[in-house]
Parts: sequence; structure tokens; C-alpha cells
Amino acid sequence: MRISPKITQALAVLLLGSATFFTVMVLVFVIVFVLGKGLPGVTWEFLSTNPRDMGRAGGILPTLVGTILLPLLAIAIALPLGVGTSVYLTEYTRETRMTRALRFGTDCLAGIPSIIFGLFGFIFFVVGLNMGWCLLSGGLTLAIMILPTIIRTSEEAIRAVPNSWREVSFSLGATRWETVLKVVLPNALPGIVTGVMLGIGRSIGETAAVIFTAGSALRMPISAFDSVRTMSVHFYILAREGISTEKAYATAAVLIISVLMVNLIAYGMMHRFIARRAR
Amino acid sequence: MKFNGENIAKYALMTVAFSAVASLLLIAVFIFKEGLPFMMKVGLKDFLFASDWDPLAGKFGIYPMIVASLWVTFGAMLIGAPLGIAGAIFLNEFAPPMMMKIIKPTIELLAGIPSVVFGFLGVMVLAPWIRATLGGPGLSVLAASIILGIMVLPTVLSISIDAIASVPNSYREGALALGATRWQSVYMVTIKAARSGIIASIILAMGRALGETMAVIMVAGNTVKVPHAVTDPVRTLTANIALEMANATGMAREALFATGIVLFMVIMVLNGIALSAIKGKARKK
Repeated sequence: MRISPKITQALAVLLLGSATFFTVMVLVFVIVFVLGKGLPGVTWEFLSTNPRDMGRAGGILPTLVGTILLPLLAIAIALPLGVGTSVYLTEYTRETRMTRALRFGTDCLAGIPSIIFGLFGFIFFVVGLNMGWCLLSGGLTLAIMILPTIIRTSEEAIRAVPNSWREVSFSLGATRWETVLKVVLPNALPGIVTGVMLGIGRSIGETAAVIFTAGSALRMPISAFDSVRTMSVHFYILAREGISTEKAYATAAVLIISVLMVNLIAYGMMHRFIARRAR
Repeated sequence: MKFNGENIAKYALMTVAFSAVASLLLIAVFIFKEGLPFMMKVGLKDFLFASDWDPLAGKFGIYPMIVASLWVTFGAMLIGAPLGIAGAIFLNEFAPPMMMKIIKPTIELLAGIPSVVFGFLGVMVLAPWIRATLGGPGLSVLAASIILGIMVLPTVLSISIDAIASVPNSYREGALALGATRWQSVYMVTIKAARSGIIASIILAMGRALGETMAVIMVAGNTVKVPHAVTDPVRTLTANIALEMANATGMAREALFATGIVLFMVIMVLNGIALSAIKGKARKK
């Protein structure tokens, strides 16, 4: 018997719709579950005191500081490199075999799993350059990891700046570099900030690459050569070694809120950027 | 060459532009430098195809880990790919545009949830459920597959959405004009036209699943054994590296870098295929 195409369509739509609904529900469940279990444990004291007894009691202050410092350091290193790369690719060259190779390399770098970054950071920065497990080793490793994100988003942002604006700048006698500094970059800024925020979000959530390069010392970092423990690493250790489920949930809640906030700013920026371009 | 600001800027930028490629090469060189001599010493056959992993006794067979990684990655794709593609088709072709505007950014936002959080949920929620309903230790191939399947959903969904959205509307209109229903036009025309992008999304997701470490360590159970059932605990290649890295020295550490080489090569190949699938399509248009 042939089933009428109308019925097949209704069935297909029902199936596809429920799959979509299921997907959204699973992801919403993850957030609601963790926040529900964790938020009651998130108090001002939890955020502002040192952990005691390996994290079984007390707060997460040093890991909070680590979570702020490490991504900032990574961005400070990756931003000039990433924006420089995208300026060069868009403003200073034509499409050649070399630019294609550079782009291909960037795409490949983006696909490398974080554990490989961890291995590399360990053997190169920690052991090879004898820097030890520290903020700087971790920051450099994360910088390489987020470089592709920064390059890609700023390249898109720079390409979106209309060519006529550059031509106006040239016709006023500005050089290429002056045009880049005064016309292109200021107008691409929201797009570049999107990339920065995405990079920060990824760094905050990263564990494998951080634990082998920045270490996991549970104390306040004083210098760039001190080992730090980020919230992700702290959470991983609390959960994996079964130190405290309650503290683990609370840390996870703070972690999720931070990442979502950072990503939300990124998307807000992107939408403002797109809206302005459309005008 | 004139030595002025313009030229300095140009050459400085040119140097900087090599940072990503240089990093990639540096990573490859250092992982290979640490791992390759070990591979030569032990021999490919005794490294890739032997089942005994006991670094203290000088046994370095990673075959169980290779099988485990394949099972877990394949399982993750069985869960993540159909759901993600179904979602992409529904949002593009059947849902009101408003729904797409809300759901796509929400799901991309959720792509930022740290992998350790997914792993933790796997331990707290999924593993006890598997233990109660299917038996076994709970921490297993199945638990890891489900968690990874969920984690790669945003990748599959958002790349597939872009692929389907880039199919020209005239294709759909042509099918509808011939009397096809919307669904017929979707599976006979749209999906075929968006094929390469959808395949690329699956391959990229495979790379992510294969490379994921912390979530897998938490839910897979980490026993070095070739799995026979989906409820068996396993240790993947990535988990092996991360678990032993802290204490390994000498040969044992070199073995981990050699494991890293295997992972690096497989993922480079996967990404190469995915990238050329995306690029090939861009050229055709």
C-alpha cells in the first residue's frame, strides 16, 4: 500500500520537531540541573574566601582569580597576533597560494584537541623552556589554542568594513597603515570583541590544556611564574577525586554562569555589529 | 627598501601572520620529537596492535584504547548526528523563522558549557541510570557516547543549518512546482544539495568527540580492556594521555606522546576531509 505523501510529511515533521525539542530540552536540562543544585551553595562567602581542606570547605577565591588572570593573559598574547594576522590577510595581500596555506593552517590549528595543546604546552613551555607549571605557561598555551578563533572572527569583521571607506581614507592622502589604524580597525572593533569574548569563554571552560601547563596549586598567584588553579580545574578535581559533591556543584554553577555571561556578551556584540552593517 | 613606518608595519604584520602556522608546526614538531623515537623503539606493531598496556613492565600496546576511542566516537555520532541534522532540517524548512532566531543562538551559547560539567552530569545522572537499567558499572562506552553525542550536537546543528540555508531557494521552488510536498522537496532535493556541508559537520563533530578528554575520563570508566558490550568500561586514547601524564617519566611519558601522535594524525586527516568538503562546495557555487 502506498502511504499518501501528506501523511509521510506529517510524520516527518512530527519526528523532526520532536528531535529538535529533545535537543533543546537536554541542553536546557544541563543548565537548570547544575544551577538548581549549585546555586544554593553560591554565597558571598563562597566567592570571597580561600578553600580549606583541599576544597572540602571554604570558598573558591584563588580559583576565581586564576580564572580571570589566565584567560586575560591568553587574550593579551593572542589578540595582537590574531588581529595582526587578519589585517595582513585582508589589507596587505591578494589571495595567493601563501594566504591559502595560512588559512588552511589556521583551520587545522582550530581542530586540534585540547589534550594535544596540553601535551605541547607541557613539553615546550613547562619542561623545554623550564618555566614550570605556571600562569605564563598556561597563558601561552591557551593563547595558541584561541588564536584561530581570534583570527577568523576579526578577519570577518575587517572584511565587513565597506571598501569605499578605505578609498575615502586613501583619497585624503592617508597611507595604508593609517587607514588600517583609523578607519578599518575602529569599525571592525565590535566583531573583534566578539572573537575576544569567544576566546575568553573557551579559556574559562578549558581543563585539559590548563591542568598540564598552569598546574593546579590551590593558592593565590603572586607572579606570572606561580602555578594557578582555574575554576574548571578545581571543579574537575573536586568531582573526580570525590572531595565534595556539594562544593563541586556550587563551583560548576559559578563556572556555567561566567561562561554563559561571556558568550552572551559575545553574541550581543555580534548582533550589534550585524545590525549596524545592515543599516 | 625604505625604512619608514609603512614598511615596518607591513613586515611586522607579515611576520605575525605566520604565528598560527608556526604554532601548528611547533606543536607537530614537539609531539613527534617526543613520541616518534619511542614508536621506532617499540615497533608500530607492538604499539598499535598489542593489547597489553603496562608501562612499568615495559608493555605499551594501545590497541584497547584505539578500539575504545572508535566505539565511543561512533556511538557519539549515532546519537549526535541524527538529532543535530533533524534539528537543522526542522529549523530551516518547517519551523517559523522566529523559532530559528531563538533556538540557534541558544544552542550555540550552550556549546560553551565546559566539558567537565557534561562529564560531571554523566557521573551524577547518566551512569547511575545505566547501572540500574542495563547493569554493568554504569561508567561505560554507552555513558561516554551519550555525553559526547550531546556535546557535539551544537557543532552538527549549527554547521548543518548553514549548509541547508545555503541551498538556493530556486531548488525548493522547482521541486514544489513539480508537485512535490515540502517533505519530498526536502529529502529529494534540499538534503542532496546540502550533502557536503552536512557531511563536513559530522566529520568535524567526529574530530571533537575523538579529541574530547576530561568529560570522557569522568564517564568512560577508564579500564584498559577491549570492550565487548556497550556497558563495558573503557579507556580512550585521550583519557590514557591525561590520566598517566601526571606521573609518567622516561619511556612511559614518551609512550603518551606517541599516543598523542596517533590522535594528532587521525584528527588532522578528519579535519582535512571536512575542510575540503566545505571548500569544494564553496568553489562549486
